[in-house]
Amino acid sequence: MSKKGIETLVGLFVLLGLAGLVFLSLKAANLASFGTRDSYSVSARFDNIGGLKSRSPVRSAGVTVGRVTSITLDPKTFQGLVQMEIDKSVQFPRDSSAKILTSGLLGDQYVGIEPGAEEKNLAPGDTIKQTQSAVVLENLIGQFLFSKAADGANANAAASAPAAGAKK
Amino acid sequence: MNPVTAVGERTLGMLHSLGRASYFFADLVRAIPASMRRFGLVVAQIHAIGNLSLLIILASGMAVGFVLALQMYYALVTYGATESLGLIVNLSLVRELGPVVAALLFAGRAGTSLTAEIGLMKAGEQIAAMEMMAIDTKSRVLAPRFIGGIVSMPLLAILFSAVGILGAYVVAVLLLGVDSGNFWSIMQSRVDVWRDVGNGIVKSFVFGVICTAVALYQGYETEATPEGVAYATTRTVVIASLSVLVTDFVLTALMFSTG
Repeated sequence: MSKKGIETLVGLFVLLGLAGLVFLSLKAANLASFGTRDSYSVSARFDNIGGLKSRSPVRSAGVTVGRVTSITLDPKTFQGLVQMEIDKSVQFPRDSSAKILTSGLLGDQYVGIEPGAEEKNLAPGDTIKQTQSAVVLENLIGQFLFSKAADGANANAAASAPAAGAKK
Repeated sequence: MNPVTAVGERTLGMLHSLGRASYFFADLVRAIPASMRRFGLVVAQIHAIGNLSLLIILASGMAVGFVLALQMYYALVTYGATESLGLIVNLSLVRELGPVVAALLFAGRAGTSLTAEIGLMKAGEQIAAMEMMAIDTKSRVLAPRFIGGIVSMPLLAILFSAVGILGAYVVAVLLLGVDSGNFWSIMQSRVDVWRDVGNGIVKSFVFGVICTAVALYQGYETEATPEGVAYATTRTVVIASLSVLVTDFVLTALMFSTG
């Protein structure tokens, strides 16, 4: 093979290697399956977004209908502002509600949309009013302990009240 | 010969060959600047070592990616955590399998051909003839091959990992139905460019130095007979592979032990 040919092949090899490096570093970032399809954007505010990430799926009845595009903190209300893109072919009523749910016990979190009953549909740029935050395990355990403690106190009170009555 | 003398002789022999290898390696490194002036030789060696190893590296990377994705899927589906499949495949490829398996293949594909080439040059007394003509064989013959190996190995390891991740994507997303957004986004959120990808490249660079130096040393020190060349080629694969595995453990302990 001629010298030029070998040099070209080596150049291609090095460029291919660098392309592999770019792929590894950027991880083929724009492969969102809804990137090319027609979609409309809606937002929702959550008290706590939990482990939700940008590009997490948006699902309704378990079917993926869109993706989260950005998550920011609203500086006025201190709520998480979640922007999402939903497929144009899926129209939700305006009183639909959004929840942050977890797929499986240890899986990743996604936005679940439950359709409401209103005639009018969500328009592009609308905000979903009714939201339910991600479940935080520590808060859940805290609530459980408090309610247990309250139950215990009630039971004690109930047990001591008849005893006090019997004495009389 | 009594046993004590035998042990002593073995030890001294080992130290002697270790010293020779160290001197050889130092000469090789010292000859690098001189051979960079004849850049055509280096380019030809990158072609012989890197370009021609590309096919086996890409095919193996793809196969490893496929199999890793399948096996991890069956383990993860029990816990409903199949979205993490991309992350697991990515980390295992970029941190360990990419550099190590690519280095093992590199020792088998490129290392043996280097040893056989240098060994036959020696058996045919070409090396001796060049030295008679006052040509520095280290900078003319060995160093271009050394540079070729050092340059090619990291590129091959990167391509191995990249192709493996694409293979895992094909199996996980297209065949098994893992969510493609989660596949990439979990990967992006947990894989660090410097800690994971960077350290993988450092590893593959070290492995490139080891494999190429071992192959060249074995070729240079071969006994100038057909059996000698055959023996040297075998030793290249064995020594290079074992050194890669031991070094990998040490490097992993240094790089990732503190999280």
